[in-house]
Amino acid sequence: MNMLEIVGLAIIASILVLLLKDQQPTIAFLLVIVTVIYLLSIFMSYIKEIILLIQYLGEKAGVNDSYLTVIIKVIGIAYIAEIGATIVRDAGLESIAAKVEILGKILILLLAIPIFKTLIETIINFFSI
Amino acid sequence: MFIDTSILFQIAGIGIIVAMLHTILKQMGKEEYAQFATLIGFIIVLVFVVNSIAELFQQIKSVFLFRG
Repeated sequence: MNMLEIVGLAIIASILVLLLKDQQPTIAFLLVIVTVIYLLSIFMSYIKEIILLIQYLGEKAGVNDSYLTVIIKVIGIAYIAEIGATIVRDAGLESIAAKVEILGKILILLLAIPIFKTLIETIINFFSI
Repeated sequence: MFIDTSILFQIAGIGIIVAMLHTILKQMGKEEYAQFATLIGFIIVLVFVVNSIAELFQQIKSVFLFRG
Protein backbone atom coordinates (compact mmCIF):
# COMPACT_ATOMS: atom_id res chain seq x y z
CA MET A 1 0.00 0.00 0.00
CA ASN A 2 1.32 3.35 -1.02
CA MET A 3 1.84 5.79 1.84
CA LEU A 4 0.26 8.57 -0.22
CA GLU A 5 -2.93 6.55 -0.51
CA ILE A 6 -3.14 6.15 3.27
CA VAL A 7 -2.61 9.88 3.85
CA GLY A 8 -5.17 10.70 1.18
CA LEU A 9 -7.70 8.39 2.80
CA ALA A 10 -7.12 10.01 6.20
CA ILE A 11 -7.49 13.54 4.82
CA ILE A 12 -10.66 12.71 2.88
CA ALA A 13 -12.15 11.04 5.95
CA SER A 14 -11.38 14.02 8.17
CA ILE A 15 -12.95 16.43 5.65
CA LEU A 16 -16.10 14.29 5.46
CA VAL A 17 -16.28 14.08 9.26
CA LEU A 18 -15.95 17.86 9.57
CA LEU A 19 -18.74 18.23 6.99
CA LEU A 20 -21.12 15.98 8.94
CA LYS A 21 -20.23 16.88 12.49
CA ASP A 22 -22.63 19.80 12.90
CA GLN A 23 -25.78 18.18 11.56
CA GLN A 24 -25.31 14.48 12.37
CA PRO A 25 -22.70 13.87 15.08
CA THR A 26 -23.54 10.16 15.45
CA ILE A 27 -23.05 9.40 11.76
CA ALA A 28 -19.82 11.41 11.82
CA PHE A 29 -18.64 9.23 14.69
CA LEU A 30 -19.47 6.06 12.74
CA LEU A 31 -17.46 7.49 9.84
CA VAL A 32 -14.51 7.88 12.19
CA ILE A 33 -14.86 4.23 13.26
CA VAL A 34 -14.95 3.01 9.65
CA THR A 35 -11.82 4.98 8.83
CA VAL A 36 -10.00 3.55 11.83
CA ILE A 37 -11.02 0.03 10.82
CA TYR A 38 -9.81 0.49 7.26
CA LEU A 39 -6.45 1.83 8.34
CA LEU A 40 -6.08 -1.05 10.81
CA SER A 41 -6.92 -3.68 8.24
CA ILE A 42 -4.19 -2.23 6.03
CA PHE A 43 -1.87 -2.59 9.05
CA MET A 44 -2.91 -6.17 9.64
CA SER A 45 -1.70 -7.46 6.29
CA TYR A 46 1.78 -6.08 7.07
CA ILE A 47 1.82 -7.34 10.64
CA LYS A 48 1.10 -10.83 9.33
CA GLU A 49 4.42 -10.74 7.47
CA ILE A 50 6.27 -9.52 10.57
CA ILE A 51 4.79 -12.28 12.73
CA LEU A 52 5.78 -14.87 10.16
CA LEU A 53 9.32 -13.49 10.40
CA ILE A 54 9.25 -13.75 14.21
CA GLN A 55 8.06 -17.35 14.01
CA TYR A 56 10.79 -18.17 11.49
CA LEU A 57 13.45 -16.65 13.75
CA GLY A 58 12.13 -18.54 16.78
CA GLU A 59 12.17 -21.77 14.83
CA LYS A 60 15.76 -21.22 13.76
CA ALA A 61 16.83 -20.32 17.30
CA GLY A 62 15.09 -23.37 18.77
CA VAL A 63 12.82 -21.41 21.12
CA ASN A 64 9.92 -23.36 22.61
CA ASP A 65 6.90 -22.80 20.37
CA SER A 66 4.44 -22.20 23.23
CA TYR A 67 6.41 -19.17 24.44
CA LEU A 68 6.28 -17.57 21.00
CA THR A 69 2.54 -18.20 20.82
CA VAL A 70 2.07 -16.44 24.16
CA ILE A 71 4.12 -13.46 23.00
CA ILE A 72 2.13 -13.12 19.80
CA LYS A 73 -1.13 -13.41 21.74
CA VAL A 74 0.03 -10.67 24.10
CA ILE A 75 0.71 -8.40 21.12
CA GLY A 76 -2.77 -9.19 19.79
CA ILE A 77 -4.48 -8.39 23.09
CA ALA A 78 -2.58 -5.13 23.38
CA TYR A 79 -3.64 -4.26 19.86
CA ILE A 80 -7.35 -4.99 20.42
CA ALA A 81 -7.38 -3.11 23.74
CA GLU A 82 -5.77 -0.12 22.05
CA ILE A 83 -8.34 -0.12 19.23
CA GLY A 84 -11.24 -0.29 21.65
CA ALA A 85 -9.83 2.33 23.99
CA THR A 86 -9.10 4.86 21.23
CA ILE A 87 -12.54 4.46 19.66
CA VAL A 88 -14.26 4.90 23.01
CA ARG A 89 -12.02 7.88 23.80
CA ASP A 90 -13.01 9.48 20.50
CA ALA A 91 -16.61 9.32 21.65
CA GLY A 92 -15.55 11.30 24.72
CA LEU A 93 -15.91 8.53 27.32
CA GLU A 94 -12.58 8.77 29.07
CA SER A 95 -13.46 6.56 32.06
CA ILE A 96 -14.66 3.61 29.94
CA ALA A 97 -11.52 3.86 27.81
CA ALA A 98 -9.37 3.68 30.94
CA LYS A 99 -11.22 0.54 32.07
CA VAL A 100 -10.73 -1.11 28.69
CA GLU A 101 -7.00 -0.43 28.91
CA ILE A 102 -6.77 -1.80 32.46
CA LEU A 103 -8.64 -4.96 31.46
CA GLY A 104 -6.22 -5.44 28.57
CA LYS A 105 -3.28 -5.20 30.95
CA ILE A 106 -4.85 -7.71 33.34
CA LEU A 107 -5.50 -10.19 30.53
CA ILE A 108 -1.87 -9.88 29.41
CA LEU A 109 -0.76 -10.60 32.99
CA LEU A 110 -3.01 -13.68 33.06
CA LEU A 111 -1.40 -14.97 29.88
CA ALA A 112 2.05 -14.49 31.39
CA ILE A 113 1.31 -16.57 34.53
CA PRO A 114 2.38 -19.98 33.09
CA ILE A 115 5.67 -18.56 31.82
CA PHE A 116 6.32 -16.95 35.20
CA LYS A 117 5.62 -20.26 36.94
CA THR A 118 8.11 -22.11 34.75
CA LEU A 119 10.68 -19.40 35.45
CA ILE A 120 10.22 -19.77 39.21
CA GLU A 121 10.43 -23.58 38.96
CA THR A 122 13.63 -23.31 36.94
CA ILE A 123 15.19 -21.04 39.58
CA ILE A 124 14.13 -23.37 42.41
CA ASN A 125 15.59 -26.39 40.59
CA PHE A 126 18.77 -24.45 40.03
CA PHE A 127 19.25 -23.82 43.75
CA SER A 128 18.15 -27.24 45.01
CA ILE A 129 20.81 -29.20 43.16
CA MET B 1 -3.56 -4.44 -1.97
CA PHE B 2 -6.32 -2.08 -3.01
CA ILE B 3 -8.85 -1.01 -0.42
CA ASP B 4 -12.38 -0.02 -1.19
CA THR B 5 -12.77 3.59 -0.06
CA SER B 6 -16.25 3.97 -1.53
CA ILE B 7 -17.85 2.99 1.79
CA LEU B 8 -16.56 6.24 3.30
CA PHE B 9 -18.34 8.27 0.62
CA GLN B 10 -21.45 6.13 0.97
CA ILE B 11 -21.63 6.84 4.70
CA ALA B 12 -20.98 10.54 4.20
CA GLY B 13 -23.68 10.63 1.51
CA ILE B 14 -26.20 8.92 3.76
CA GLY B 15 -25.32 11.39 6.50
CA ILE B 16 -25.84 14.42 4.24
CA ILE B 17 -29.13 13.09 2.87
CA VAL B 18 -30.41 12.34 6.37
CA ALA B 19 -29.41 15.81 7.54
CA MET B 20 -31.29 17.31 4.58
CA LEU B 21 -34.39 15.21 5.29
CA HIS B 22 -34.23 16.19 8.93
CA THR B 23 -34.14 19.89 8.07
CA ILE B 24 -36.97 19.64 5.51
CA LEU B 25 -39.24 17.62 7.79
CA LYS B 26 -38.56 20.01 10.64
CA GLN B 27 -39.47 22.98 8.45
CA MET B 28 -42.74 21.22 7.56
CA GLY B 29 -43.49 20.91 11.23
CA LYS B 30 -43.21 17.09 11.39
CA GLU B 31 -40.84 16.84 14.31
CA GLU B 32 -41.44 13.12 15.03
CA TYR B 33 -40.90 12.05 11.40
CA ALA B 34 -37.63 13.97 11.40
CA GLN B 35 -36.50 11.95 14.42
CA PHE B 36 -37.45 8.70 12.67
CA ALA B 37 -35.54 9.66 9.52
CA THR B 38 -32.44 10.31 11.61
CA LEU B 39 -32.83 7.01 13.44
CA ILE B 40 -33.24 4.97 10.25
CA GLY B 41 -30.22 6.62 8.62
CA PHE B 42 -28.19 5.84 11.73
CA ILE B 43 -29.27 2.19 11.66
CA ILE B 44 -28.32 1.79 7.98
CA VAL B 45 -24.86 3.20 8.64
CA LEU B 46 -24.52 1.06 11.76
CA VAL B 47 -25.03 -2.09 9.67
CA PHE B 48 -22.08 -1.11 7.45
CA VAL B 49 -19.91 -0.36 10.46
CA VAL B 50 -20.75 -3.59 12.28
CA ASN B 51 -19.94 -5.62 9.17
CA SER B 52 -16.53 -4.04 8.81
CA ILE B 53 -15.79 -4.40 12.53
CA ALA B 54 -16.59 -8.12 12.29
CA GLU B 55 -14.27 -8.43 9.30
CA LEU B 56 -11.44 -6.69 11.16
CA PHE B 57 -11.83 -8.85 14.26
CA GLN B 58 -11.78 -11.99 12.13
CA GLN B 59 -8.57 -10.76 10.53
CA ILE B 60 -7.00 -10.03 13.92
CA LYS B 61 -7.98 -13.50 15.14
CA SER B 62 -6.35 -15.20 12.19
CA VAL B 63 -3.19 -13.07 12.41
CA PHE B 64 -2.58 -13.39 16.15
CA LEU B 65 -3.23 -17.14 16.46
CA PHE B 66 -6.45 -16.89 18.41
CA ARG B 67 -8.00 -20.05 17.17
CA GLY B 68 -11.65 -19.64 16.36
